[in-house]
Amino acid sequence: MSAASGLSRPPGLGAPAPEPGPAPTAAGAGLVSCHCCHLLVRPPAGGADHAACPRCGAALHSRKPDSFGRTWAYLVTAVIFYVPAMTLPIMTTVTTFGGARKDTVLSGVYYLLTTGMWPLAAIVFFASVVVPVLKIVVLVLLLLSSRHGGSWRRHDRARLYRLTEAVGRWSMVDVYVVTILVALVRLQALAFIEAEQGAVFFAAVVVLTMFAARSFDPRLIWDQKSESPS
Amino acid sequence: MHGTIIACHECDLLQRAVALPPGGVARCARCGAVLYRHGATGLDQVLALTVAGLILFVLANAFPLLTMRIEANVQQASLLSGAWLLADQGMAGLALLVVLTSAVIPLLKLTLLAYILLPLRLGLPAPGTARALRAVLALQPWAMMEVFLLGVLVAMVKLSSMAEIVVGPALYAFGFLVLVLAGITSSLDPRAVWDRLEIRR
Ligand SMILES: [Zn+2]
Ligand SMILES: [Zn+2]
Repeated sequence: MSAASGLSRPPGLGAPAPEPGPAPTAAGAGLVSCHCCHLLVRPPAGGADHAACPRCGAALHSRKPDSFGRTWAYLVTAVIFYVPAMTLPIMTTVTTFGGARKDTVLSGVYYLLTTGMWPLAAIVFFASVVVPVLKIVVLVLLLLSSRHGGSWRRHDRARLYRLTEAVGRWSMVDVYVVTILVALVRLQALAFIEAEQGAVFFAAVVVLTMFAARSFDPRLIWDQKSESPS
Repeated sequence: MHGTIIACHECDLLQRAVALPPGGVARCARCGAVLYRHGATGLDQVLALTVAGLILFVLANAFPLLTMRIEANVQQASLLSGAWLLADQGMAGLALLVVLTSAVIPLLKLTLLAYILLPLRLGLPAPGTARALRAVLALQPWAMMEVFLLGVLVAMVKLSSMAEIVVGPALYAFGFLVLVLAGITSSLDPRAVWDRLEIRR
């Protein structure tokens, strides 16, 4: 690849990176790695930020644009929505033999526990209550440490980032549970289930934290102060 | 392909790509991110899985997922009926999210993959292949059929004390579809497609 001809030997895969001196990065060499197809491109003289990838056509960025600002915005909104998501009911069950019963995310987990399916209750508790909080805490930690943490525990931070991206989707499970219950329990004379506002806030938290994880650029964990993000 | 200089997509480190043994995974020398996998299975297997996935998708949506029986009352539910009822209860946004993540996006992903891989198999990339593959990769995190399947399981347990639940044929199709989609995700090597597209200079 001609674009990289000016480089001194980069480390081979699997070999540890040489410790002394700054590690050779694409940004350090004036190159841009396409976010979509990972092609290494030398951007035109006018700067990378208005060019498109010559292979896949995606917009080229050395770092995700405005990663800090966007991630913070999604996170703050997610924190605000988390309160009604947990406190408002997500559904109402009306039965002729038991009256009306409103369920929050937590009371739904408790109900699962009473049916004796504690492994399933544990999975749902983890997916819908723990994972959103964990994602928000981890992303705040990553944002703060990318600004101020320097080289503090970079490998652990990289691992945390990968984990948040991988588990976030499972929080959607309660939204699907409500959908299926609504579809199934609609025997007007005997029992029916209706979705409530809490489910909307809950879904919003899941979507917002997914957007937050995707707008965070993990390269910020590794960037040296000298090559600050553009 | 090996010998090329590549940059890690997670930490930007420049490194030289190496040839991998079958089943091998190339990890970044600095941060450990997976850079690429050995594309041993090739695009033919992905195409086969895609066709199987499209058939399973039709089956999963054509039949009821679950049937509930309380005394003499019988009620059937399918994926789309659930979303329809949510919209009917004034929860249009929620219904849209459910339909997108559990039906539209998985279907779009399968259709786009078929559009990309079938012409490529015949030797000529279809127009817009790059755009289509970009869409497939961007949609990846929003296809949540495996989470939906867990939701069905939880709903079944919740209702088991109140009514008799009968599993419908669509649930089996759904289960296989989740396996097929996981197989596509793990065996699709986007580089195999990118390498066959020209680079405009
Ligand atoms: Zn590209
Ligand atoms: Zn890396």
